[in-house]
Amino acid sequence: MPATIALVGNPNVGKTAVFNALTGLAQKTGNYPGVTVARKCGRLQINGHAAELLDLPGTYSLAAHSPDEVIVTDVLLGQLAGEQAIDGLIVVLDAANLERNLYLVSQLLELHKPIVIALNMIDIAHRRGYSIDADILSDRLGVPVIPICARDRTGIPALKQSIEQLLGAARTPVPFQALCPPSHLQAVEKLLDELKRQGTALGRTVPKQEAYRLLVDAGGYVESRLARTLGEEFTRKLKEVRQGARTNGASLASEEATLRYDWVRDIMADAVRRPQHGRVSRSERIDNLLTHRIWGTVIFAVLMLLVFQSIFTWAGPFMDAIDGLFSSLGAAASQVIPEGPLQSLIVDGAIAGVGGVLVFLPQILFLSLFIAVLEDCGYMARAAFLMDKLLSWCGLSGQSFIPMFTSFACAIPGVMATRVIRNWRDRFTTILVAPLMSCSARLPVYIIMIEAFFPEHDILGGFITTHGVILFAMYLLGIVVAIPVAYVLKKTLFRGNKPPFLLEMPSYKLPQAITVLRKVFGEGKEFIVRAGTLIFAVAIIVWALAYFPRSEAIGDQFDAERAAVASTVPEGELRDEALSALESAEAGAYLRDSYLGRAGHLIEPVFKPLGWDWRIATATIASFPAREIIIANLATLFNLGANDEDVDNSLKATLRTATREDGSPLFSVPVALSVMVFFALCCQCAATLAIIKRETGKWRWPLLTFTYMTGLAYVAAFVTYHGAHWLGAMMGA
Amino acid sequence: MRTLDMLKAKETGVVAALRGEGEIQQRLLELGVCDGIEISVLRFAPLGDPMEIRLRDFRLTLRKAEAALVELQA
Repeated sequence: MPATIALVGNPNVGKTAVFNALTGLAQKTGNYPGVTVARKCGRLQINGHAAELLDLPGTYSLAAHSPDEVIVTDVLLGQLAGEQAIDGLIVVLDAANLERNLYLVSQLLELHKPIVIALNMIDIAHRRGYSIDADILSDRLGVPVIPICARDRTGIPALKQSIEQLLGAARTPVPFQALCPPSHLQAVEKLLDELKRQGTALGRTVPKQEAYRLLVDAGGYVESRLARTLGEEFTRKLKEVRQGARTNGASLASEEATLRYDWVRDIMADAVRRPQHGRVSRSERIDNLLTHRIWGTVIFAVLMLLVFQSIFTWAGPFMDAIDGLFSSLGAAASQVIPEGPLQSLIVDGAIAGVGGVLVFLPQILFLSLFIAVLEDCGYMARAAFLMDKLLSWCGLSGQSFIPMFTSFACAIPGVMATRVIRNWRDRFTTILVAPLMSCSARLPVYIIMIEAFFPEHDILGGFITTHGVILFAMYLLGIVVAIPVAYVLKKTLFRGNKPPFLLEMPSYKLPQAITVLRKVFGEGKEFIVRAGTLIFAVAIIVWALAYFPRSEAIGDQFDAERAAVASTVPEGELRDEALSALESAEAGAYLRDSYLGRAGHLIEPVFKPLGWDWRIATATIASFPAREIIIANLATLFNLGANDEDVDNSLKATLRTATREDGSPLFSVPVALSVMVFFALCCQCAATLAIIKRETGKWRWPLLTFTYMTGLAYVAAFVTYHGAHWLGAMMGA
Repeated sequence: MRTLDMLKAKETGVVAALRGEGEIQQRLLELGVCDGIEISVLRFAPLGDPMEIRLRDFRLTLRKAEAALVELQA
């Protein structure tokens, strides 16, 4: 059995770079069961010794206030089901920020596990004028301290050698006196006795270190977790023990912190010399510009605009290429497979379904590239700093900005980007409102409706047009709706203590290619595999609903009509035209008769209040798996050949001339508006729902997202339709 | 009593006490906001909140509401 070694450290200490330097390409990522924390492990090979290296989430302390934070403590104490006990630790420290980093070390030493300390970014520390004596530190801590620079691999061989000794036969734990007053230790014993008494209810033995966290972390996660199982009696007892452990007026947490920072001061004395004060670091000079009241905001806005625009422009050709590839693949398959259900399943179901998902891959790759670069260089923290106030108005924090912004291109990478949000309530709220941002798949619907039904006038001397303004209004709608939704979510489902907004401003550094690319490929792969499987299944189901029952009567009827055309119209262009028109009409007839079409008729009354007829309703219902399908659906439903070269133009014309059963025009400005508003707010994207399920771990969150968005969309479309109607009548009168 | 949020950009203060309880207090303590520590305010965000401070060897962003928990020596 290979040993398991945990990689631990504060956030922003270059832990990922150390992990990459130690494991190379042999890495696996997954999720811890039940929580949203990514589990990353890799294989460590040193001179015949093999070990599993587990990269734990960055943390400042072992005190946990959420289920995500308790993972580190649980893994280190061997309390996580399905996770092997840890044989040793590699602790990564930022050499230029030792004081705060050593605080965590003091807690880790109390675990009595073999430890190696990697003093990372030693080059930067030296450049800033720090001088550090690693030997003295090592003597005082009783563990090896290896100065390294993971980015250029300086010191990695020495670190590996140290790990090899750690893996050696001895595996000696570190003797370390716990840093706490006797009254705390007595209280821990009391808690352990109490927990032992309740042992059967608990089903496990609580380790001493966990009992210590239970004692000190008032309102922490260890406490709420145990209280859930053991009940009020236990909570009362805990309160009593805590009261008895206090030696002065200060809280237990305050006593712990003071003791540990005193210990850190003693460890560092004479071993670490700081630079003289007054030197402003390079990062601070950069921030004088990048977080400047005016310039910082301007640069931020320009940067975001650039990211956004380039996603459209750069991803465009790749998206077209993928689209083209799948079209020709479909055409080729149509040639090979004889006409019938099998051909339709493969071409219209499988190939079109998979292509419909994969077409978003370039956008996702480009976006994750930008996000990875901005994250790795340290700009994300600045973006959060600049945007925090705006988002605090709806109960969120600056960390929600990037995910929301990303969602304007596509909610899938947007939802993925919420992983940087530490507080789970903020994170889930952000996930639930992110799909309200108008993504690129809504664009085709807006464009078609606007161009077909709204007159184009120049505004401001031709600088912008009415079309541009309407489009902008549609984008604005999502934001305007998201604010109250987020506010309500934070007041109801995700009500809780307002999380403190404490964010470290890391030093700027050049993004590392391996870290960035790994992230980009990881996201791309996950998207294809997970969302792809679900989308594929849904596409097949929708295909089946739109294809069957395929009544023979319709086929016979059109065969007869075809025969009639063949016998009456002379061979040539005219006959081809007539035949192709018949084919479209046949497709329309089949669709009308399909289960989906029947459902459309059935639900027509539901959508009538929005000003829609059964065709709009059916097209909309059928585009719930992916909203951009609406274009193809409308084309089919309004009797256009699906493989028409110039679908857009002719679709616009057909929509304009489409009539209701009484002969009146189907579409009007109110109807077009109602369709656009519905699409702006409705959650018609199975891939997004699948990603939400994956990121939150439960089906109830995608279900809720779907329900509230669809409900909102319906109400808003209703109000829009009738409001616009009323307004039109007023102006006409 | 003067608190951290009352300082202006580029001003410095020394921590006298930490108000609050539970999570927020513990997090500030763990990051090193302890009695006797010197904190300088670097800047405020464009809309006046949050603020960026420097303590020990690093820089931290926090909201004024949290900074108001940090009492400073007179």
